[in-house]
This record gives sequence, C-alpha cells and structure tokens, in this order.
Amino acid sequence: MIKTLLSQVKQYKKASILTPLFMLLEVVVEMSIPRLMAVIVDEGITAGNMNAIVVNGFLMVLLAGVGLFAGFMGGKYGALASTGFAHNLRESMFRKIQTFSFKNIDRFSTASLVTRLTTDVTNLQNAYQMILRMGMRSPASLIVAMVMAFTISPRLATIYVGVVILLGGGLFAIAFSVRKVFMRIFKEYDNMNESVQENVTGIRVVKAYVREEHEKSKFSATSIGLMKKFIHAESILALNAPMMMTAAYGSMMLISWFGAHMIIQNELTTGNLMSLMTYSMNILMSLMMLSMAFVMITMSTASMERIAEVLNEEPSITNPDDPVKEVADGSIRFDHVYFAYNENSKEPVLSDINLDIKSGEVIGIIGSTGSAKTSLVNLISRLYDVTDGSLSVGGRDVRDYDLVTLRDEVSVVLQKNVLFSGSIYDNLRWGDPNATDEECQRVCRLACADEFIERFPDGYDTHIEQGGTNVSGGQRQRLCIARALLKKPKVLILDDSTSAVDTATDAKIRKAFRDEIPGTTKLIIAQRISSVQDADRIIVMDNGKINGVGTHEELLETNEIYRDVFESQTGGTGDFDEAKGGA
Amino acid sequence: MPRPNAMPRQKGDMKKSAGTIKRLFSFLFQNFAPQLIVVACCIVITVFANTRGTLFMQTLIDDYIIPMTGQENPDYGPLAGAILTMVMFYGIGIVAALVQNLVMARVTQGTLDKLRRAMFDHMQDLPIRYFDTHPHGDIMSMYTNDIDTLRQMVSQSLPQFLNSGITIVTVFICMIRLSLPLTCLSVAMVIVIMNASKAIAMRSGKYFMAQQKDIATVNAHIEEMMNGQKVVQVFNHEPEAIEEFEKLNDQLFDSANNANKYANVLMPVNAQLGNLSYVLAAVVGGMLAIYTGSLSLGSLASFLSFNRSFAMPINQISQQLNFIVMAMAGADRIFTLLDTDPEVDDGYVMLVNAKVNEKGEVEESKERTGKWAWKHYHKADNTTTYRMLEGDVVYASVDFGYVPEKQILYDISVYAKPGQKIAFVGATGAGKTTIINLINRFYDIEDGKIRIDGINVNKIKKADLRRSMGLVLQDTHLFTGTVAENIRFGKLDATDEEVVKAAKLANADGFIRRLPQGYDTMLTANGANLSQGQRQLLAIARAAIYDPPVLVLDEATSSIDTRTEKLVQEGLDALMKGRTSFVIAHRLSTIRNSDCIMVMEQGRIIERGSHDDLIAQQGKYYQLYTGKVVNA
Repeated sequence: MIKTLLSQVKQYKKASILTPLFMLLEVVVEMSIPRLMAVIVDEGITAGNMNAIVVNGFLMVLLAGVGLFAGFMGGKYGALASTGFAHNLRESMFRKIQTFSFKNIDRFSTASLVTRLTTDVTNLQNAYQMILRMGMRSPASLIVAMVMAFTISPRLATIYVGVVILLGGGLFAIAFSVRKVFMRIFKEYDNMNESVQENVTGIRVVKAYVREEHEKSKFSATSIGLMKKFIHAESILALNAPMMMTAAYGSMMLISWFGAHMIIQNELTTGNLMSLMTYSMNILMSLMMLSMAFVMITMSTASMERIAEVLNEEPSITNPDDPVKEVADGSIRFDHVYFAYNENSKEPVLSDINLDIKSGEVIGIIGSTGSAKTSLVNLISRLYDVTDGSLSVGGRDVRDYDLVTLRDEVSVVLQKNVLFSGSIYDNLRWGDPNATDEECQRVCRLACADEFIERFPDGYDTHIEQGGTNVSGGQRQRLCIARALLKKPKVLILDDSTSAVDTATDAKIRKAFRDEIPGTTKLIIAQRISSVQDADRIIVMDNGKINGVGTHEELLETNEIYRDVFESQTGGTGDFDEAKGGA
Repeated sequence: MPRPNAMPRQKGDMKKSAGTIKRLFSFLFQNFAPQLIVVACCIVITVFANTRGTLFMQTLIDDYIIPMTGQENPDYGPLAGAILTMVMFYGIGIVAALVQNLVMARVTQGTLDKLRRAMFDHMQDLPIRYFDTHPHGDIMSMYTNDIDTLRQMVSQSLPQFLNSGITIVTVFICMIRLSLPLTCLSVAMVIVIMNASKAIAMRSGKYFMAQQKDIATVNAHIEEMMNGQKVVQVFNHEPEAIEEFEKLNDQLFDSANNANKYANVLMPVNAQLGNLSYVLAAVVGGMLAIYTGSLSLGSLASFLSFNRSFAMPINQISQQLNFIVMAMAGADRIFTLLDTDPEVDDGYVMLVNAKVNEKGEVEESKERTGKWAWKHYHKADNTTTYRMLEGDVVYASVDFGYVPEKQILYDISVYAKPGQKIAFVGATGAGKTTIINLINRFYDIEDGKIRIDGINVNKIKKADLRRSMGLVLQDTHLFTGTVAENIRFGKLDATDEEVVKAAKLANADGFIRRLPQGYDTMLTANGANLSQGQRQLLAIARAAIYDPPVLVLDEATSSIDTRTEKLVQEGLDALMKGRTSFVIAHRLSTIRNSDCIMVMEQGRIIERGSHDDLIAQQGKYYQLYTGKVVNA
C-alpha cells in the first residue's frame, strides 16, 4: 500500500527530499540560537562586554537569516511536495478509473469514488506534509537538543532522558487510546449525518405525518450521544497538556536544583543553565508534535487504504494484443452465452443464450425487472465480458476487437443515462466530436428532440445543467438517443430509453429509425408492448433465459408471458405522460 | 486536521463578522457562564504560575546561586525552600490546566450539541419552500463542516486567545517595570511581526479562498464524471474526460500550493523576527547598561527572557486567526439557518375526537372514538361549533406560483365529495404535484380558496390539517429503524396488532414476514435492503395506520414494474376505499376507476370527467392514452 502511494510522488521527489533537509537546517539553527543567547548573557551582559554582545548579536542575526531561509524553503518545498503529491494521486486515480470496466465501477460505488478522489486525497496531502515537515523536524530537534544538552552537561542531560521516556510513553498511550475512541466517533458521526439526510430529503413525509416533534427527540438523543463520546475523547486528550507541563516544570526544577550545585562547584556557568532550560522546552515540544503527528497519521491510514485500493484495481476488460479495428456489419451472434456479475455466484444472471441477429434487424426485448434484459445487451459492446460461451459482432468475437472501434460501432443508450453540463451541441458531440451543426440537428430530428430544442430561447446552444436537471425526463431521453445516433453505429441499443416519452412520440421515433437508418441493427428494450410490437422479432426474457422469440402475432399465440403482459397493458396499464418526473 | 482557509476580510464583512462573534459569545455565555468563568480563572492561574516560573528563573541565579558561590559551606536551605514553593505554584498551575481542559471539552461539545439541536429543531419547523430552494448538500454540510470549524475555534482558539492576551499583558507590565525604552523597542518589533504576519496571512488567505473554489469545482466535476462514468465509456470519451480533469486539477494544485506555501512560511518568519527582536534588545540594552548605567545587568537578562515570552503569544494568536475567520464563516451560515423564518401557522381550527350524542349533535370527546371533528371557535360571537371530519375538499379558483414572477397554476377548481377518487394526469411540469402541495399547506395559495369540510384550510392549524390527510410519494422515504417503527411512523402509539393490520391492508405483511427478523428487521439508508416495490408497500402501510380521511398519492406506483405494481395497486385500492383520494399517476390502471380525472396542461385543467367521458371526447386524454394524434 505504502509503495503504491509513494510511487505517485514522481516529479516531486526532489521537493520531498529537500523539505526534511531544510527542516533539519532550521532545527540546527533553532538549536544554536539558545546557545548564542547564553553567550550573549554570559560573555556580554554579565561581563559588561559590549563587543561580545554586538559580535554574538551579529552572529545571531546571521543565523536567524539562515533559519529564515531554511524555514522559507522548507515551507515552500513542503507545500509543493504535498500538494503535488495530491495532484498526482488525483490524476492517477482519475486516469485509472477511466480504464475501469463496468464491473470495476460496480465494485466501487459512485459516491465512494468521489470521496476517494476528494476527501481522502486531502487527508493524505495533510498527512504527507506533516510527515515531511514534522516527521524529520521533531525527532531531529529532539536529538539535537539532547546532544546539545549533553555537550553542556552530561549529568544534567540524563534528567531529560528519564523525563522524555516517561513523557513519550504517556503521550503515545494517550494518542493510542484516543484513536480508538475517535474511530467510534466517526461511526456515530455517520449515523448523525444519515439522520439529518433522512430528514432533509424526507421532510415532506415528516411534515405530512406531523412527526416533527418525534424526529426532534430522536435527533436530540443522537446528538447528545455524540457529545458524550466526544467529551470522553477530549477528556483523554485533556491529559496531554498537564502531562507536558508536569514534565517540563519537573525537569526545570530538577535542573535548577542540581544545576545550582554544579554552578557552585564551578562545573557549570549560569548562561549554560539558561540554555539547558531552553532545550528542555524544545525537547518537550518535539514530543508533543510527534504525538500529534502520530494521531494524524493513524487517522489517515483509512484514507490511504481507500486510495491504494483504486490504484491497485485491475481493469477487468482490456484491449486484446492485436485488435481488429473494423466491424464488418451489424450482425450479432450469441453462442451458449452464460454470464454472472460475480464469478463465485452459483446462479448465473444469463444462462445458455443462443441468438442469431441479422444485420439491420429490429429486435424488441421484453421481460419483467430482474429478467436480465440489460445484462443481455451490455455484453454486446463489451461493457461486461461473458462468463462462458461466445458472443460475436460482425462475425468476430467481441473480445478480438479494439474497444474503441467496438463501442463506436455498437452504440448503447443506457437505461440510467446522463447528460453533462455544457450546451446541447456539446452534449451531442460526445457521439462525434467533428459533427457539423447540420448533422447534430439531423439526429435530433430523428430522435424527435428538435421540436423542444427549437422552442428553447437559445436553441441548440441552451446550457444543460449537471445531470441534465433543467430538461424533463422525456427530453433527456430523446437527447441521449440523438447523441447515440451521431456515432452512426452499425448496432444501436436502446435500453428502456423511451420510457418517459409519450406513446405518440415514441412511435414517431421508431418510424424515423425504420425510414432513416434501415441498415442499422436495432435492439429495443422496453416495458411497453407498443414500443416493440412492430419489431422484426421480439425476445421475451424470463429469469435470465430466453422464454420465447417471435413476431408480435406469433408470441401472442404461443407465449404465455407475452400474452400476460399484453393483456395487462391493453387492459389498462398503458403509460401515460412523461414518467419518472414529478414537477 | 483541516487546514485553515482564511477569507480576506472586507469592510462590510468585518461588520458582519463582529456581529457573528458577538452573537456566538452571547450564546456561549447564556449557556455556559459558570463554566466559562471557571475556565477564565484557570487560565489566569496558569499564566500566573508560568510568569512566576519565568521570574523565578531570573532570581534563581541572582538571589540563590550567586550568593552561594564562593562560600565554603553553602546553605542550600533557601534554594530548596524556593524550589518547593515553585513546585507548589506549578502544581496549582498544572491542576488549573487540567481543570481548564476538562471543563473546556464540556463547554465545546455542549455548545456544538446545543447548536446542532437548535438547528435541527428549527429546521423541522421551516417551510417546505426552504428545502425546495436550498441544495440538500449545503444544509447537511452545516451539521458537519460548519459545526466542525466551531469546534476548532471554541476548544482551541478561544482559550488560546485568552491565554495569550493575559500573557501579553502580564509580560508587558513586567517589561515596563524593567525598562521603558527597551519595552518601546520590543513593542515596535511586535508591530513589525504583526504586520508581517498580516501580510503573509492575507496572501495565504487569498489563495485559500481560491483553493476552496477550485476544490468545489474539482468536486463538482468529479461528481459529474463519476455519475456518468458508464456513459463516458460507452462513448469512448475517456481522453477528453482526462484532459478536462487535468486542467481543473492543475488549477487546484496551483492554488493549494500557494496557499500552503504562505501558511507554512508564517511560522519561520515570525520566529526569526522574534530572534531579531531579541538581538536588538540585547544590543540596545547592553549599550544602556554598559554606557549609561541606567539598567542593571540582571534586569537586562530578565528583560531579554521576557522579550521572548512576549513574541510567543503573538505567534500563537496569528496561528489561530485563520481558524477564527473560518469559524466565523461557519457560524454565519448556522445563524442564517436559525434566523430563517419558520412556517407560519395562524390556524385556530383544531381536530378533536368526536362522538355524536343522542340528539344527533357532534360532541367533543376525551377518548379516542375513531371519529374526528373540526373544532371551530368563532371569535365574533364567542361560540364553538363542531363539524365532523368527512373529507369534503374544494379548490375554488386557485392561482399559485412558487415565485411571484412565475405563475404555475391558473384558476384551478376541483370539487371532491367524501370518498371520491380524483386523478390528475398531464405532462411533467403541468402542475400536478403543485396542486397537491397546496392542500396540506406545504405552500400557501395566493388567490382563491381551498376548503376542507367547508372550512378554509388557512384557518386550520397546520398540524391538525395534516393529521387529516395521508401522503404517499413516488420516492419513498423510510427512516433508520425497524420495519415496525417505520410503519408506526404514522401513529406512534399503535399496538403491534395495529401495525400488522396496516401491513396486511397494504399487502406488505407477506414480504415482511419473509425478512430475516420480520417486523424487527432494521432498515438502513432509506431501506436500501428492500426493493423499490417493498419500500412503496411500507409507505402505504404507514399511510394505512395513519388512517386519514383524505389520501394523497403522488406517483406512488411509477417506479415499480408492471408485475409488482399489481401487488401495490391492490394495497392502494384497499387503502383508498371510503377515503377522499387525490391521485397523480401516469399508469392507466391507477386512474381508470377514478370518479373524476383532471387533465392538466401548463397549469390549467383542460379536460375533466370520467375515463369513459374523456375517451369519448377524443381530446388530449384520448391522445395521451391511445398514442394517436387527433386532428382538432
């Protein structure tokens, strides 16, 4: 995991190495200055020697300059290294995700991918900066201060050793136990967020059922519970400062006592005693910083794991070595195809599918939810790979094709379709970046999208909001169909893509397909019988198997499921207006 | 630990921030005055012990060590006594620090808890309009991000400020007593340090602002692309997606790098300027002491160490500034929420349990009778009348728009007799949901009247009005809790038998019993472990136990496939029996048997009548239903 992450440092290696070095230099300066201060007091002030004050003062200014330079460079490189590292992590993850197959994407939820790319990266950036700047600085400052203390008086310095061991143990014990409490707090926090979210999104239900007071008391309990856990954690952390103070003051008192003895016996100067005091503060501060860094790093390990998981994910679908870059025609052949989303699952989603679809044929697919209609068509453009058997398009196994070629020729309008922020033209040109305005307008006519686009004040330049929220469900579906048409594919797959379009428009779109792109193989998944009844052949799916294939009339005769659905719909389950909207 | 992101403060913002700070402080003092006084005392004690320590270090050498040097048999008694005294002082200081931390933890968490609950309580009272006009992510982020910035500020910045302030004052007094000219010098240096900090903080603040903006842009872009990742692949759009992301990512790197750079530089600059100040004081002080003799050497040594203690708190304060600015922005958003006007409710007609006495008059009853009546108090003649709740709903010439500039509904009139089923059909955006939003006063109408049982809904207390009608929406909202708890949402004191009865009515009993823990199965994340159809059945059961005379169904069966729908439909039909129902649907099976179907187009009712009437009319309804275009 660590190796995967560190490999992302890349061009910021130099900065990552320079940062701790400059921090080290800063530490050296920081440690030398108390020494000089002692000299100023001893040789200058106490001795009444102005010259010594000025000379050492000048030296100190020089050192301060070096310290400033080191601090500045350390800060600069630290920022560069950590933000650069974050930049690389985001880029690598984003690139990696672009190579993911649907299967990979399904494994991570969209929300989790977003969190990994944002919050987790920020956590890691902060932790990385902390490590670069403090990871070196604190131990170094600790060691330098110790060494300095030892050069002044080894006997007195042993006091520090004792104190540091005691304090270090205490600080880390606190950091460790508080970490566990924080993990529990994070969970509690999630619960609280969920409770807020439920109430924000479900506010209509809460109000309609006059349950405001009930929800308030439920939330109070959650909030108070969280408060108690937090107080518990902070009470543990509250021990930090008093412990530090005990250590600091304790060692100062001990040094005062023993130092006094040594001064009297002429084994130590007063200036040296003052320096020792300063070092004691340095030592204790570095310990404090280390324990803080420890808490922070342990807290970011969860983020590290999540990021590494994305970077180490193997794309389950890759290009073949010697890919075919030409699809001969729009014929499709399923040969004993089996498919399961998970290799380990006993029950395959699709089993023993055999189909021969001629180029240019119109195929309707119908079946209840969960009958694997979508799974069936997703195999054609290799959004998923078959588990067993083979599937060929244009006479060749889909796994032989170059992915880009295959997906250009097999155009899918997904069930869960989205538009992106940008103009209508921008969205359409996803299908073909070089399409002219006229071509764009032509496909919109085919998809019956022209009528509403032309009513927009800005026409084809109308800005689409993220997710296409400013167009209705039916309009969105028609734009998605137009976008897919612009690819001029040999195979066009519509996965329940007109469910929100009214029956009349739906019929118009199908007529346009028939008249304008007769050579394209069309597969239409639908809930409505009316959407498929004029297809060349209709496939009835049931529980991952083909239950029947035939024309509308044949199926009405022979297929029970088809007859059932037909009767229930003509018996009064016709779809009405644009569904799934709700103004 | 979040990085502080300072916002550059403009004059107008300053005033606003001052107001926010004042309000936050008064909130703190109202709730935690005794605790805060304890904390303040503790801080004073700690600072005092610290200063006492510094002073002792000076006298340690002059008063205790120097006199002993050169003595044959030095008497360590006074030194031991002094050290023991100091141990006592420090002991008190340490105890004070511990008490301060412990109390502060309670104050901080108590404040956050109180604020969270105040926000939630207030949020529950806000009108639906608020939720419809504010992004839900923004509302939620107040409970997490904004509250978190306050935690940082209350627990750390606040005591640090107090501590540093007291330290500065005490050290300042000690310094003046030692040497006025040197104090002036130190103060001058402090001003330099403060200006330098300000300059750096301003710059880093500017970049932190830019960083926040870039993060938001990158987040939005990632969110969009991740949601559309499958489409990206279907269209081979990966290279373009990467290119676009790179641009935004570079921008973010740029601002983050600069922001962090300046923030990192702040500390070394302050520290080295502090050292410079030390040297200056040493040189000038040395000259004063050696050439003019106006300063004793011992005093100068003491002064120099005070000089160091003077710079330290200033560094600490400048480190906290960013946190404070950030917390103020958070507090501001929280207060804005708390200041948002709650739903107004000046209704006075109440819903009471009722029974009919021998004379055939409606009478109020203390017990649950299963019958309800509207209790209407007439101010004019000081009388109270009762009217049975029957579910007779009338819309009379209602006009409405969510915003004044855009009218949505035009002259809507609907008459629903008790027990009737009224359906609304029409395209998205025709105004169907809006009509339904008005009946339980999620929104208030501008013109026209809506009456239930002859009473204007504006006169009815909102809670009582809503108690008289049940709502089932397309998006089911279930809450974390067991299945039984979710059904009981409709009636908190329902017995287990009632819960089962309601579930049976809604056709939900069967699948609930098949769940691992039956009625005690925990539902999380809006019932993610259930299918859409099952969730909808639970929502119907919830409405059933509520037992309202009026039922409102907004696309309740739309997202269910045809086969499951049968089951849900049966549940709904059982529920609608004997109740006045308003139904929005696009499936014919749901609306066919309605008493009256309203066909809506662009905010107007363009056709009305029974299914057979409307088919015979061959108008818009006929066209929608058959898919055939009719030549008008």
